Amino acid sequence: MVILKVPVASEDVPQPSGAAPKLVAPEPEHCPGPESQQAGKMDACAGCPNQQICATAPKGPDLDIPLIQARMATVAHKLLILSGKGGVGKSTFTTMLAYAFAQSPKTQVGVCDIDICGPSIPRMMGAENESIHSSSSGWSPVYVADNLGIMSIQFMLPNQDDAIIWRGPKKNGLIKQFLKDVEWGDLDFLLIDTPPGTSDEHLSINSYLKGSGVDGAVVVTTPQEVSLLDVRKEIDFCRKAGIKVLGIVENMSGFVCPNCEGESQIFHATTGGGRALATEMGIPFLGAVPLDPRIGIACDYGESFFDAYPESPACEGLMNIIKGLRGQVGLPPSQDGVEEMDES
Amino acid sequence: MLENVKHVVLVLSGKGGVGKSSVSVQLALTLARAGKKVGVLDIDLTGPNIPRMFNVEEEKVHQAPGGWIPVKVGDLGSAGDGVGSIECMSLGFLLRDRGDSVVWRGPKKTAMVRQFLTDVLWGDVDYLLVDTPPGTSDEHISLAEQLRSVSPDGAIVVTTPQAISTADVCKELNFCKKVGLDILGVIENMSGFVCPHCSTCTNIFSSGGGAVMAEQFGVDFFGAVPIDPAFNLMLERQKETTDEVGLLQRYGESKLFPVFEGITEKLLAKTEKAVANGSGNGEGG
Ligand SMILES: Nc1ncnc2c1ncn2[C@@H]1O[C@H](COP(=O)(O)OP(=O)(O)O)[C@@H](O)[C@H]1O
Ligand SMILES: Nc1ncnc2c1ncn2[C@@H]1O[C@H](COP(=O)(O)OP(=O)(O)O)[C@@H](O)[C@H]1O
Ligand code: SF4
Ligand SMILES: [Mg+2]
Ligand SMILES: [Mg+2]
Ligand SMILES: [Zn+2]
Repeated sequence: MVILKVPVASEDVPQPSGAAPKLVAPEPEHCPGPESQQAGKMDACAGCPNQQICATAPKGPDLDIPLIQARMATVAHKLLILSGKGGVGKSTFTTMLAYAFAQSPKTQVGVCDIDICGPSIPRMMGAENESIHSSSSGWSPVYVADNLGIMSIQFMLPNQDDAIIWRGPKKNGLIKQFLKDVEWGDLDFLLIDTPPGTSDEHLSINSYLKGSGVDGAVVVTTPQEVSLLDVRKEIDFCRKAGIKVLGIVENMSGFVCPNCEGESQIFHATTGGGRALATEMGIPFLGAVPLDPRIGIACDYGESFFDAYPESPACEGLMNIIKGLRGQVGLPPSQDGVEEMDES
Repeated sequence: MLENVKHVVLVLSGKGGVGKSSVSVQLALTLARAGKKVGVLDIDLTGPNIPRMFNVEEEKVHQAPGGWIPVKVGDLGSAGDGVGSIECMSLGFLLRDRGDSVVWRGPKKTAMVRQFLTDVLWGDVDYLLVDTPPGTSDEHISLAEQLRSVSPDGAIVVTTPQAISTADVCKELNFCKKVGLDILGVIENMSGFVCPHCSTCTNIFSSGGGAVMAEQFGVDFFGAVPIDPAFNLMLERQKETTDEVGLLQRYGESKLFPVFEGITEKLLAKTEKAVANGSGNGEGG
């Protein structure tokens, strides 16, 4: 009997790559990626109907990258919201972060939803019935406030419940369009909400944005080990891909009963939760947000939890996290320093 | 392919973190308690949770002539006569380090899913439960394509009650329809939490969304599973507990077990009946 070898190799994180050539057949299983430098030359390419095309396609840099860079040149800070685990609150956190940044009318915020199969941003921001308009200079984002624009595949579906049954390349193509063809304009922040895992979407967003300078990633987790297990993998991915992890946010930590105010742990941190993981990985721990049913309701109805319950412990937790995050990207702790002076 | 497997049931959801893996585990435990031989195939390649949940994280998969031998969940203990068995397969078993990421684009995931379906040497299995990642992409398309030849019994679709979740899960139901996969039933998970201090029930993630969705789509509703932190602790503490009580017996004491007994009953009624009518996967496809 043989113990199997590890199927994972770090060269699975490809370097920024060229444009994909037009293929005559689907890629076979060990395809290095038709847009990669090795396309058409690997073992897997032997016998592949595309080999000729891939081998002869120009391996120069992807011509779309300069176009993406031009769009991104007017975006000051680009943040990825990541997690290996689903349902931990990536989209919720992205939404709240966007609302928090946009509280100052001078701050321009964009949210790009690259969760192609499970887009949540439009509903969470109360814009699920909107659709995208295009002009000569590109697609315009859907604005939920003067200074807050969003982009999501949800806006492009004929029916709300349509399943997006797409393999990787199609998803990658759309993500590229979100960066290249959307008129983001002058932004202080572009927040990118992602699906769980470490696959096509994550590789693509990383390679498309590499040249434009991403500030880094905020990694969201819940306290229990089953979640931390997957989040460790996400951090491992960030390391391999050269994405800076700005910090870990722990969501759904503890629940306070609205009736008796007794506290319960729903997702027990049997291994120390997000804080211990941050220490283990040498990453800043940005803070924790408790479970609050009103967050779920605000998300379902597309309302800003921030504006509705500014006094709640969840809001307080969030404000702390945002302060820490601003520090990580080299900004003063609050929007423009003015608010802090007002308070004193 | 899957010669020794009688029934194939997929556990799906458009949304992550709704409890697909927890539901797979509990279906496996409940079926095993009912004397069934269960296989659990974890095709969540980038977030495999099954090994941890069954406390077999340290196990490795062995290669035998003709394929991979799945990992037996050893510490089931005895929960009375006629107890079945559980074996599982997951990418988690193939990693050098549990923290290693699997960064794969579609074609590689497709190949792995295919290999998991063709190369695992399941023993005689009554129910093969397939735990999946969220979404409707490479893994799901491959799964649906690969399984076509064995005509799986269908899918159990898991959601949590809130609209953010059901919105994504509706997409999954439409996916099932598109690829011709029967929907056996919908489970609403994390439906309400009873405060241990005052016994008041709070719907932390709202409630009722799953039943409404099932009705909208004209599919069966299998049941609502409440939030039970003790269940998570039970799984997490398997390592520390040294007494003779195995997982099957311990789960029998869980608050969630009666709920899953009800769900399993519905599952059995649907799938065994299908066999009687000759439309199931049959005895060895
Ligand atoms: N702190 C919280 N308290 C209560 N509900 C929350 C909290 N954070 C997120 N939720 C809810 O949990 C669900 C999953 O969150 P979501 O942001 O969609 O996760 P992800 O994007 O990681 O899949 C949503 O319905 C959301 O409203
Ligand atoms: N009914 C429940 N009560 C309490 N915790 C639950 C329940 N169902 C799932 N969980 C916990 O929620 C988390 C997410 O569930 P999981 O099964 O991993 O979801 P998925 O496989 O859909 O991503 C896990 O930590 C799990 O233990
Ligand atoms: S020739 Fe090589 S790179 Fe091109 S599609 Fe085939 S396997 Fe992929
Ligand atoms: Mg999301
Ligand atoms: Mg899972
Ligand atoms: Zn209480």
